[in-house]
Amino acid sequence: MQAIVDQIKAKAQELLAAGTVDRVLGWEAGELAYDRTPAVFGPAEALDGLKYDLFCAANLSKYLIAETKKEGKVLALLKPCDTYSFNQLLHEHRIRREGVYVLGIPCRGKIDVRKLAAMGMEGITGVEDDGTTLTVHTLYGDHTCSREEALLERCLCCKGKEHKAFDEVIADPEPYTEPDRDRFSMVSKLEAMAPQERFAFWQGELSKCIRCNACRNVCPACSCLNCVFDNPASGVSGKANVDPFEEQLFHIIRAFHVAGRCTDCGECSRVCPQGIPLHLLNRKFIQDINRFYGEYQAGADPDARGPLTSYTTGDVEPSVVSKGGAK
Amino acid sequence: MSSLQKIGVFVCWCGSNIAATVDVKAVAEAASHEPGVVFATDYQYMCSEGGQARIREAIREYGLTGIVICSCSPRMHEATFRKTAQAAGLNPYMVEIANIREQCSWIHRDMAEGTEKAIILAKAAIAKLHLNTPLKAGESPVVKRALVIGGGIAGIQTALDIADAGYEVDIVEKTPTIGGKMAQLDKTFPTLDCAACILTPKMVEAAQNEKIHLYTWSEVQSVKGFVGNFTVEIRKKARYVDETKCTGCGLCMEKCPSRKTKSEFNLGLSNRTAIYIPFAQAIPNVPVIDTEACLKFKTGKCGICQKNCAAGAIDYEQKDEIITQQYGAIVAATGFNPISLERYDEFAYSQSPDVITSLELERLMNAAGPTKGVLLRPSDHEHPKTIVFVQCVGSRDTTDCGKPYCSKICCMYTAKHAMMIREKYPDTDVHVFYIDVRTPGKNFDEFYRRAVEQYGVDYIKGMVGKVVPHDGKLLVQGSDLIGGEQIKIDADLVVLAAAIEPDKSARPLATMLTASMDTNDFFTEAHPKLRPVESPTAGVFLSGVCQGPKDIPETVAQAGAAAAKVIGLLAKDKLVGNPCVAHSNELMCNGCATCENVCPYGAIGYIDKEINDHGRREVRRIALVNEAVCQGCGACTVACPSGAMDLKGFSNQQIMAEVDAICKP
Repeated sequence: MQAIVDQIKAKAQELLAAGTVDRVLGWEAGELAYDRTPAVFGPAEALDGLKYDLFCAANLSKYLIAETKKEGKVLALLKPCDTYSFNQLLHEHRIRREGVYVLGIPCRGKIDVRKLAAMGMEGITGVEDDGTTLTVHTLYGDHTCSREEALLERCLCCKGKEHKAFDEVIADPEPYTEPDRDRFSMVSKLEAMAPQERFAFWQGELSKCIRCNACRNVCPACSCLNCVFDNPASGVSGKANVDPFEEQLFHIIRAFHVAGRCTDCGECSRVCPQGIPLHLLNRKFIQDINRFYGEYQAGADPDARGPLTSYTTGDVEPSVVSKGGAK
Repeated sequence: MSSLQKIGVFVCWCGSNIAATVDVKAVAEAASHEPGVVFATDYQYMCSEGGQARIREAIREYGLTGIVICSCSPRMHEATFRKTAQAAGLNPYMVEIANIREQCSWIHRDMAEGTEKAIILAKAAIAKLHLNTPLKAGESPVVKRALVIGGGIAGIQTALDIADAGYEVDIVEKTPTIGGKMAQLDKTFPTLDCAACILTPKMVEAAQNEKIHLYTWSEVQSVKGFVGNFTVEIRKKARYVDETKCTGCGLCMEKCPSRKTKSEFNLGLSNRTAIYIPFAQAIPNVPVIDTEACLKFKTGKCGICQKNCAAGAIDYEQKDEIITQQYGAIVAATGFNPISLERYDEFAYSQSPDVITSLELERLMNAAGPTKGVLLRPSDHEHPKTIVFVQCVGSRDTTDCGKPYCSKICCMYTAKHAMMIREKYPDTDVHVFYIDVRTPGKNFDEFYRRAVEQYGVDYIKGMVGKVVPHDGKLLVQGSDLIGGEQIKIDADLVVLAAAIEPDKSARPLATMLTASMDTNDFFTEAHPKLRPVESPTAGVFLSGVCQGPKDIPETVAQAGAAAAKVIGLLAKDKLVGNPCVAHSNELMCNGCATCENVCPYGAIGYIDKEINDHGRREVRRIALVNEAVCQGCGACTVACPSGAMDLKGFSNQQIMAEVDAICKP
């Protein structure tokens, strides 16, 4: 890991020195050992504060909306899955491509701190990774667990090691086989439930929501200049605050708004302080879109028109959609 | 709800249509208590002059700023009431219709339920009206050219009538010749004139008319735009014969060594060559090469037609050509086909060559057909002595095999066939099995009676249960419902009156035209009684069987009606547009291009503009709607993630207000 970090820093220094870029978008240490916060490093600052490790889960693509509005050029460190969001934002004209130099960096999955906590690991001070087992140092001693047990949900359904957009890529020096679990397994389970059971499931999950808006604020697809939930004239914002049931509609409306554009980056679930599995709503939409219009991965190709915003005479009839795909 | 609107509510009885199931007085009373409502009344026929006068008076007397009419569907009378409002000095878009007929009184039986719902619908319309603003319609030009899709008798007649009024017309026909089904027919009921004798002059007339341009062996590939301004791409398929050089001498067909392909025109009852014209009177009289049968295309060796063509018209390298053309109006005249009888095993259609369809019989009786008009059995070329006709094969059939509707033409053509066979071959026994004989139409019943009374055709009320080929004969088992007995007939020939269905090209065409269809794939009319030749999609018209089963006289009448509608449209220099168009709030627009992607009219573009967003100045890429091109479909408003895009007259807020009014306890 250290080798990769050194390589990233060296490349960043090189690009800064050459004047190709004038700042670097990466991660810095936060308050706690496992906090890795997106940060922009200016040319004058040393890149010593730049971190890249198992905790650097945050998807940096969304920050490029603001960064590429500025003068000059920013170096963005993007993991393979972050490049999907990057492409989607590019497709939506939200990122100025000339304002960014994309350095594709390797990734072997990121840790879900919530999973470590669930395994009883608190007061984490550091982690060591031998490729199969994690040794977690805590204030109360060391723990070990299998690597895969601790990975984020999105990393268990990894989209692959390929960067879908880059100016340059730093290759992973060691082989790594990414987990390839079925991302729709939980969606299928929910679909198999009786309506009342499914309603109860979502009632239980969504009622935890405290409307902190973290999911919206982190979501690269939720990048509107003026969100409908902040716009009293939309007729939606009030509705989502009136009572607990309508508050749950916030998440449903949000899922509709990102449908067809969501790359399944999973940031919504990762940042939710209440642990609501919001990604399941998005995956349900993704699965439906795949069923109705053929396999589609948002952000895989910046020039592709999403199935919900394109029309062909071969498109499925509405009657089929209302029957849930049964032809 | 707060606005300064002064609203009048007018509840229509529609005679007893509404008043029988909705307490109209209670609706007016309830509406009068809604905020902003200063006047509410009811009247027997709001759309009548008396009703409209009341509306005009109320607008003046109470200084109304907007009116709600609780009546029939806005598709029926919205335009009427907009004119009424305008006459009284009100902006026509300050009118809202609460549909308390189609969506209320007609679907409820219980007065209490109907009244409650009518009140809710009225409240929703009032809530929306509070947010209405006056709108002004723009204008758009009309391209003075029409497109007719399908070159059968319907398409030909429509094109001739449009051309006669002085407008350019293009006919797109997917087969190599115009003429359609009528060209395959022998005689036509009820006058028994020969189909070719009355059709081919029309085909020639269409070809020679300088206002008409024929695109045969061509298909419509895409349709964009809107009424008055369609852009159509026509794929002119490669004929491999240069139309400008070919003299129609026919030598290529004489010499062609590939002669074993079933003739489509003769329904497989004869063979044709690989380079062919469908029939002698085809227009244009230019052959086409069937690449699946042509030896040159299959093996690379041959080229005999090219060697023999003195005009040098054969071009194996010819490619499909895409023609892009603008039209003001489009007429669908895509016609029909008999249904496939493969699923009707009981009639042994697939088992015996002597079980044929009525259209095949037309070819066998036609002087230009495979038997030169002599009625011979396909199996042994003998004269059939006993012939059984079976009507309603697949028509009025509610099983999955057939069609639920009556194909309408079969009773008459079967009577025609029976009569002609008895006339030509008096020693032939002709039996007709029928469910009902339906002969509405001028001189139709007289025609049928002639078949029975004068020609002695044996009509049997009942259905055939089974046809079994046996020893060169066809054993027909049927029931005689009037005699109350089972009948067995040893027949030589069985003729099935197969149901007709819309041509398969109609469905994808309807999708391109955004024209609606019914469950049987017939095009839907704008109004089944009052607008029978117009599609609900403006600028799209219907001609012939693509709209519903009909015979030749009816088809020609409808073709003329469709032409009249087209002429009425093309005669206008400008069309008044729909002011209910999209517009984008530049403060909220992300410039993401989602709206541009979904816009079917190409009405949305982007500009870079300096925006002052509450003191923050920056140049942003924002959407700009071309109001002259926008048709107000609203696709952009639902696709816009930030809600920047909205539709005038149907704003998100207005829709929300309606929903709130309906949901309010």
